Amino acid sequence: MDLDLDAATTAFRDEARAWLAEHVPTTPLPSFDTAEGFAAHREWEAKLTDARWSAVSWPAEFGGRDASLLEWVLFEEEYYAAGAPLRVNQNGLFMLAPTLFSHGTEEQLHRILPKMARAEEVWAQAWSEPEAGSDIAALRSTASKVDGGWVLNGQKTWSSRAAFADRAFGLFRSDPAAERHRGLTYLMADLRADGVTVRPIPQLDGEPGFAEIFFDDVFVPDADVIGAPGEGWRVAMTTANNERGLSLRSPGRFLAAADRLLSLWSSAGRPEHAAARVADAWIDARAYQLYTFGTLTRLADGAELGPESSVNKLFWSHLDVELHETALDLLGPDAELRGPWSGGWLFSLAGPIYGGTDQIQRTIVAERLLGLPRGDR
Amino acid sequence: MKFALSPEQTAFAASLDDLLSTVDGKLWRRLADLGVTGLGVPEHHGGLGADVPDLMVAFEALGFHCVPGAWTDTVAVLPALLDDPILGSVASGEARASVAFGPHVPYALDADLADIRIMVDGSRLRSFTPGDQLSSIDSSRRLFEIVPGADIGPARDAGRAFDLGVLATAAQLLGAGRWLLDTSVAYAGQRRQYGREIGKYQAVKHLLADVVTALELARPLLYGAAVTLSRQDVSAAKVACGNAALLAARTGLQVHGAIGYTAEHPLGARLLRVRALASAWGTAEVHRRRILAAVAP
Repeated sequence: MDLDLDAATTAFRDEARAWLAEHVPTTPLPSFDTAEGFAAHREWEAKLTDARWSAVSWPAEFGGRDASLLEWVLFEEEYYAAGAPLRVNQNGLFMLAPTLFSHGTEEQLHRILPKMARAEEVWAQAWSEPEAGSDIAALRSTASKVDGGWVLNGQKTWSSRAAFADRAFGLFRSDPAAERHRGLTYLMADLRADGVTVRPIPQLDGEPGFAEIFFDDVFVPDADVIGAPGEGWRVAMTTANNERGLSLRSPGRFLAAADRLLSLWSSAGRPEHAAARVADAWIDARAYQLYTFGTLTRLADGAELGPESSVNKLFWSHLDVELHETALDLLGPDAELRGPWSGGWLFSLAGPIYGGTDQIQRTIVAERLLGLPRGDR
Repeated sequence: MKFALSPEQTAFAASLDDLLSTVDGKLWRRLADLGVTGLGVPEHHGGLGADVPDLMVAFEALGFHCVPGAWTDTVAVLPALLDDPILGSVASGEARASVAFGPHVPYALDADLADIRIMVDGSRLRSFTPGDQLSSIDSSRRLFEIVPGADIGPARDAGRAFDLGVLATAAQLLGAGRWLLDTSVAYAGQRRQYGREIGKYQAVKHLLADVVTALELARPLLYGAAVTLSRQDVSAAKVACGNAALLAARTGLQVHGAIGYTAEHPLGARLLRVRALASAWGTAEVHRRRILAAVAP
């Protein structure tokens, strides 16, 4: 048992640290949920891609560095410690790309990944529907087979980044006779195509981070089906495990936030009333980092990410909210002012909801990890 | 990086579990034969000179099985305080220690049975004699007041000794928490009310999901601290293992209901042990302060 980094891994981390120190914008970019910020983030992603830092874990032929999961986690630590921008294409990088690596064709990989890395194509996710939130298998949007492709109809909602994104991915019911998890197909669609209407929805911060997507006889070619038609649920579970599990929430963001909280507490004169909560934020971020190192070791030994990805999500979503609430309490009357802490707090509030609510995750943990008997939902 | 128990450590945990599942009156002897008492003793004194993670494996098992006795004092702490041939008889299981340690460990466990009694006073060691016996809520913890005696020289490494006492306590908390969870999950799968197993109710499921989450995230802190031995990691392990075990104890009692509140059910022994250990070797508050002193700019 050790926590040692070998020479190559250390060199990789140092190279990332040096590049980021030189290139991270000194003033934060505007929110990527504004037209101006979206464009600025695309530019940042292009700069990352030119230096091959956009998707370090991808194979070199798609612009990556063939980095190990450990190297990816260390890159993320450096990325957030440097105060680098949030990733405008995170839906693509951390949800769609892993799905494509598992189920996509060579043609799809070569067509989609390079543009994704540069954020030439920014991806929105199109999972939820008005009647299908955590219960995603209740979805009603349809895909009907036609010559050479599929015709989509229906409505998706709470689609992150869809207001400005270029394309979207999600599940559609391709067999109207099938129920629940059966008869679904995983498809990618062009948000500029005929028949697509995108209606932006402002989030709590007032910016259109969500959108509704209406599909009205939208044609999608066969080449944009991922995996076999009707196998969408199985294909999507790859994505779900990535969102709930390791990929979307590396420890780096929480470690950096805990460090900033310590600085905030010190500069506020180390007030007694917040000491325990500040210490707990550091403890939790460190716990999550070490837990992730344990997960990386198991994955490297051939294990798969199972229901413990729900443990993971329950923990970081709670940690993120607590950490930011502690920061706001330290800010006193300034807490209500718009700024990085209030913005981070708003961001953290989504954590216990998306990708399956905390309540769904607890049920998954209880039934699949602890083996408690299944009951009514 | 390989942040996981080795096959040898896993096998050691399994053999400890086997042994401790069939308790008899000669537990100290049997554990000594398995090498537990020699884990922290250097090889030149006849011990195993094992790594700290090995110690944690042993203490997790001791906590899981709620083994009584001054194991922390003898196996984890003493070898860091002394460099003395008497450690040979500790390793062989013939000698037991009782240690009082500054303000955070003011009472001595099993002091009347101990062959070696040491109180740590800053960086110095003194002997002591047992004073009045105190009554712990955990009746298996036989605590004594200490009557300081003569100075017996400098501590080998008082800071490391304290941290090992903290980690051994954290490991026992984690083990006890795991027992409480396993036992409560098993009970929730059997106990029926309103016509079905109580484990089918989401209200019960979600309580237990929170316990496993707390325990699963506390374990890497314990083993991480065992690897780095940094002050902040050691203290983080104590806070997290203590809180996770307290949550497991309270939840376990709630899931069991009245039967868990009885002295005859084994849950009570763990619940009381957890409460006692949560404030032993530094309360959560003490350890949070140590963390902030180490990491806040």
